[in-house]
Amino acid sequence: MSTTSPAAKTERLLNLVICLLYTRQPLSKARIRDAVPQYGETASTEAFDRMFERDKDELRDLGIPLRTEPLDAYFDDEPGYRIDRREYALPDIVFEADELAVLGLASRTWQQASLAGAASTAMRKLRAADVERDSASILGLEPRVRTTEAAFTPVKDAVLACRPISFDYRKPDGAVSTRHLQPWGVTNWHGRWYVTGFDTDRDAPRVFRLGRIDGAVKATGRAGAYQVPEDHDALRMIDGVEVEREPQPAVLRVLVGAGNTLRRRARTVGEVDDHWSQLDVDFTDTEVFAEQIAGFGPAVRVIHPPELSRAVVRRLRAARDAQEAR
Amino acid sequence: MATPESATARLSRLLTMVPWLVNRQGIDIDEAAAELGVPRTQIEADLSLLFVCGTPGHLPDDLIEAEWEEGRVYLRNADTIARPLRLGIDEATALIVGLRALAAVPGLGEREAVDRALAKLTEATGESAQATSRVQVKLAGSVADETLALAREALSARRRVHLRYLVAARDEATERDVDPMRVFNIDSHWYLEGWCHRAQDVRLFRLDRIETITLLDHDGTPPAQARARDLDTDIFTPAPDDLQVTLGLAPQAAWVAEYYPVQELIQGTDGTLTVTLRTADSTWVRNLVWRLAGGAWVIEPESLRQEVRAGAEEALAAYEES
Repeated sequence: MSTTSPAAKTERLLNLVICLLYTRQPLSKARIRDAVPQYGETASTEAFDRMFERDKDELRDLGIPLRTEPLDAYFDDEPGYRIDRREYALPDIVFEADELAVLGLASRTWQQASLAGAASTAMRKLRAADVERDSASILGLEPRVRTTEAAFTPVKDAVLACRPISFDYRKPDGAVSTRHLQPWGVTNWHGRWYVTGFDTDRDAPRVFRLGRIDGAVKATGRAGAYQVPEDHDALRMIDGVEVEREPQPAVLRVLVGAGNTLRRRARTVGEVDDHWSQLDVDFTDTEVFAEQIAGFGPAVRVIHPPELSRAVVRRLRAARDAQEAR
Repeated sequence: MATPESATARLSRLLTMVPWLVNRQGIDIDEAAAELGVPRTQIEADLSLLFVCGTPGHLPDDLIEAEWEEGRVYLRNADTIARPLRLGIDEATALIVGLRALAAVPGLGEREAVDRALAKLTEATGESAQATSRVQVKLAGSVADETLALAREALSARRRVHLRYLVAARDEATERDVDPMRVFNIDSHWYLEGWCHRAQDVRLFRLDRIETITLLDHDGTPPAQARARDLDTDIFTPAPDDLQVTLGLAPQAAWVAEYYPVQELIQGTDGTLTVTLRTADSTWVRNLVWRLAGGAWVIEPESLRQEVRAGAEEALAAYEES
């Protein structure tokens, strides 16, 4: 096995972890070089030093609590290293059967999403000593979250680490601009992911939809660079973006048997003749409502108000014209 | 595994695998592979690596003992790493955020178990549990609590239900009897999956489109041939005989490609997209194109293109009359 292959590196790191967990006293670098065979084979002290420094960082990145402590209480010029077993190990938690069932359900929320691997590793750790077979979901309920947005993983990492980011953001009209953000939270709301945070260009809190982030999300600062305000309420911020005006009344003609979603929200439904019903419906946003009405094509017709008719006609014309052969 | 596993990713996996195997001495290697989600050959390679590792000295007594010759896995002398590493931030996030989302489900009978699990997990996770509150999943709130409660009641009592259900894609209200199989939430919508006696097949019903649900005094055990969909692969998969539709999308309608399951996506140099999707019913595609106001155009099939154009024409004619 070559000493640079990934397998050789895993072997070296594993021996290092075992060695540092095994020792009760902090070990000097020289002792570590003797104790881990792969370090003993390094060509020079410098080569070993470089390798050890890198390995140390990589173990910490994995969440292994590698401590640096003075070797001698009176002289702190040479550091020693060890891993505290209690700090390393998952505390002994005993979960009841019903708790395990809901935990399993929670972990499956992420199946096929970017936290799926983390969720199943977590369950494997929690159930390491629990050899009962996993009972299938008895709850008859299965929540699933998808993270199809490419920006999810980098944004989630930045949120968890409090690390500022920048990204290109596409507005609904197609215009793209670069934004700088201190992300406070990442939230799935009505099936979509949003990031909330402090927009340092606009100098104000802002909400962005992850699906509209174009290309890479770049880290622009260190972890822990800012603090999330204690009163930050992501859902309220996202909800605020979708805030609507006072409802106003519309009168619609709807073909009998059609427009069922409109019928459900209508205040009154009356029959005009054998073919048409007349509906009184309240709406808040003309364009949003016009889009919905245009979707019914000839089955729904606006009687009132005129600006709603105009918006529907404009949409239908554009839709018709777009179908001409290209 | 699609991409080669990095040395550190493998180390991390081994540190989780060892405690799991130590507690399952003599487990069948194929079963272990299936449960750990890796091929058998990978487990064998992992065990070969483990048995050259051990405590300082690296004399035979110091090394981990791994044995799998008879198809059963034994792992000994691995005391130092016999306990799993604490949960990492992503691991804690995945479970805690999932539990919090569950806790908010209206009328959840297991609410108390969720709270207990959450408390234990938060305590075990320590400081990082706080950061996980910055990731939130809000499962749908638009569905009537009683619809969800009745669907679950029917499921646990194995009762048939009668639904008045709105098929939005066809803009049609329907009546049908259904034997419930399960209730799930995906992309923030709750669904009831069950055997539909009208369609004589398994169907999905979005709870917010159920106008009324009535428990019938009839056993609701679905027939033997009813097979639940795999939520992770074929939830919205098209049937082979579905109609194939190709649409052109302007940049402002590019979200369609993210929102609907597309089979194929071609990016044009002018910022437009060409997407191909399969569907059993083209009604919703027609409605979508009308809604998109020129942001989308039908490329194929020709009959659908004509239908969309004629429908828009007919709708417009009604406004010109008045």
